[in-house]
This record gives sequence, C-alpha cells and structure tokens, in this order.
Amino acid sequence: MKYTKEHEWLRVEGDLVVVGITEHAATQLGDVVFVELPETDTMVAEGDEVCVIESVKAASDILAPVDGEIVAVNTKLVDAPALVNEDPTGAGWFFKMKLDDLSVLDQFMDEDEYQDLIG
Amino acid sequence: MADLEEPELLHLGLEPLHEALGGKMVPFAGYRMPVQYPDGVMKEHLHTRSAAGLFDVSHMGQVILRPKGIMEELKIAFEALMPVDVLGLAEGRQRYGLFTNDQGGILDDLMFTNRGDHLYVVVNAACKAADIAHMTKGMPGVSVEPVTDRALLALQGPGAEAALEAVVPGVAAMRFMDHRVFGDVWVSRSGYTGEDGFEVSVPEVHADAFARKLLAQAGVAPIGLGARDSLRLETGLCLYGHDIDTTTSPVEANLVWAIQKARRAGGAREGGFPGAARVLKELAEGPERLRVGLRPEGRAPMREGVELFAEDGTPVGKVTSGGFGPSVNAPIAMGYVARAHATIGTTLLGEVRGKRLPVTVAEMPFQPTTYKR
Repeated sequence: MKYTKEHEWLRVEGDLVVVGITEHAATQLGDVVFVELPETDTMVAEGDEVCVIESVKAASDILAPVDGEIVAVNTKLVDAPALVNEDPTGAGWFFKMKLDDLSVLDQFMDEDEYQDLIG
Repeated sequence: MADLEEPELLHLGLEPLHEALGGKMVPFAGYRMPVQYPDGVMKEHLHTRSAAGLFDVSHMGQVILRPKGIMEELKIAFEALMPVDVLGLAEGRQRYGLFTNDQGGILDDLMFTNRGDHLYVVVNAACKAADIAHMTKGMPGVSVEPVTDRALLALQGPGAEAALEAVVPGVAAMRFMDHRVFGDVWVSRSGYTGEDGFEVSVPEVHADAFARKLLAQAGVAPIGLGARDSLRLETGLCLYGHDIDTTTSPVEANLVWAIQKARRAGGAREGGFPGAARVLKELAEGPERLRVGLRPEGRAPMREGVELFAEDGTPVGKVTSGGFGPSVNAPIAMGYVARAHATIGTTLLGEVRGKRLPVTVAEMPFQPTTYKR
C-alpha cells in the first residue's frame, strides 16, 4: 500500500489502482454523511477534484493522485457513506484507476513513511 | 500536526476536565472549547436525544440586572431595549428575548429570568461585551453586573431529569422555563437542543466536581460544540451571527412568537423599543423575506452561504445554517427567502458546487421538541 500527503491510500489490484482515504483522515473528518463519486470511464489529471466527501462538520475534496482513467467507483458509498469511517481501507474505497505505468506510484510514501508523517 | 494555538484565547474553568475526557479543543467565540469528544459529533448528537448530554456553555455571558430604585423601573427599562414583555414575566420564570437596534435588526438574542428583586440574563459569548455596554448605556437606573465567577452547564435529553435530580434534589418538579435557586446552584429548565433539560449555573470553584458528579450518573456523556450545533439546527433554533444578526429583524427571522401581545400594535405597551417602526410594520404587512426551514431532496448537505433560486432561475435567498441532521437522518438547513417563495412545500434550487439541486421549504422544527411543559 502507498500513501499520499493528502492522506489517500493507493493499492495495486492487477493492473488497476484502488484509491481511498486513510483511517487517520477518516477520523479527522468525522462521520461521513455524503459522498459524491466521479463518473466512470473519465480521464483525470493529477490534482483534479474527483470526489466530494461531506462529514457532519465540513466538505472536503478527494484529488486524483495521478493521471489516469477512472474505471470503477464504489457506488455502495452513495447509500452507506459511513463505510468510509467503518472500514476506510477496505469497504470504504472510493474509485479504481487505470494508469499507463504503475511505476508512477513509486513516488508515494510507504506505510512507515506515512506513519512518520501523521505521528 | 502542530497545534498553533491563538495566544489570546480565553480558557474555560473546566478545560482540564475537557482534556481529560479527550475533548478536541478549537477556538470558538474567543474561547478554547471542545468541539467533540472521542465519540464524535454523530454519536454525541444521538446520545443527547436518547439519554443525556452534558455541555459546557460557560463561555456565554451571565449577567445580573439589579434596580437602583424599584424592580418595576428595571423591567420598564429592559422593555425599552427589546420587543418583549418583561413586566408580564412571573417570578421564577424564564423567557427568550432579543436586543434590537434602531433599524430593527437583532443585536443579540438572550434568555432572561425574573428572580424577584433582580433579573438574571444569559447572552451569547461573542456579543457579551457589547451587550453589557448596551445595557449599561441603555438603562442608567440599573446596575449591570457581569457574573464572572460561575460556570454554566447544560444537561439535555430524556435522561437529564433523573441525572440532575440525583445531584440537585427538587429539580424534577420544575416545568419548562422555570428557574429555581438551590443554594448556590441556579437551575433553569431550558436549553438549546429541543430536548427536555436544564441549564445550571454553578460557582466556578465547584464546577469541576459538579460536572464529574453529573458525568457519573447513568446515561450522561459529555457533548461538544459540533453536536450542540446539529441539535439546535434540527430544532430550528437560530445561531446568532449566522441565522440572525444586525440586518435581520425579528419578524424576518420568524421569531414573532417572541414578541408578546403587550408590545404589538394595540397592546398595552405597544412599540417603545429600538427599531419598533420597522418591526411593527413588518408584523402588520409581512416582511420582505422570511427565515424558513429547508430540506434538500438529495443527500448533499446545503451549508451556510448556499445561494437559493426559484425554479425559473430567479435568485430568492441564501442558506444561513445547514448540514446533516443525525436524528432526521437527512440533510437539513435554514435560510432567508423572499416571502413569495417562503410557503411550506415550495420547491427551490440550492447551488452546491456549481450544480442547482432541488430543496423544499419545510416546517420547523425538523425534529419534534420534548419540553416538559
């Protein structure tokens, strides 16, 4: 698993990358009550705002961590946004991306580096 | 993460207790206050509605008003600042009040209590310095005495009565908006959550022990500002500085219930408060805009600042408070809309992140109140 400075986690699954937010981020946000997901089959660029999550207190954006194509979204979050808090690194995933080259993920933090960041 | 604390923030007497309970402290109205505890806003909100929540509201301004002459003069002087019936309030009873400015806008909202030979007033934290100056200047025959050595706690929810009765025997006999003095503990049966409950003023030196005694009662949990906000929003109660301010009149704010007959046209003491011309005119003719409840049709919350449009695209108003209502399990909001669009059931559009989403003008409160009348 890789981590971004924006507190997203990235997990390689075959030739796809699954993206979600870390437990630390979910805790900081508080109870998630609404998730707006991107359209599938859309090309996005690194830094694009692709999802909106609203907690009881505030709205935040989820950014595309890298360039690529959104090929799947977790539609369960629409009716069960609390999955983001309950299982942030499992059932609370947001979207899957197809990248040209998975080696771009090397730039991101590993578990130890991420723990140092939030520690 | 670095915790860059504002050096000028004021500290609550109960801050060590909040920290011991795991409160996440944030700046609010000039104070360092718990926004939530480890349970989080959603659970704290639901706990208050199902059991009992303890809130530290010591940041609010407690003030004693004492007549330099007779009590009647104090009541008349206080009526000159508000469109509210003060003379008609019985001893041991509390009432909601509003200070208006000369334009009929709201300077602050407050609670006041008739304690026989004086009045006890609770005002908003952010307004307290201005309120004290306003009362001192506006009531020369009155001694305006800020109470600075007392904490203020709110205990709210269906479990509040039993929990407080165990600590302060006698409170169970009180009704909604009653006020009683138990030694050095001042109890009002009121609050700002829509639930039955109490607000309790205790000397600061005893506050920590008193709060811990309440927290030791079955079902009592500490609740932060986050849930206090969602609870009052579900109840349709205004937050000063957001839903009401110096530009909104009490009539526009849908607070006409707070203007008793005696102060309206034809009443025994009609008008005679700052901004009476506008307020009485709006009472007679209806205001240009009105504060209404709003229910977004989808799941996306509409927060403060969201612009509202009629279905034909005409701008009609703005959201002043909004978010998610944990008990109604849906997004809820309130805001001001032009009167022609303020009828319950009207469909409007709220602009969220560039998209205009349907929202319905709705009855408030969103969640039924459970006051013990």
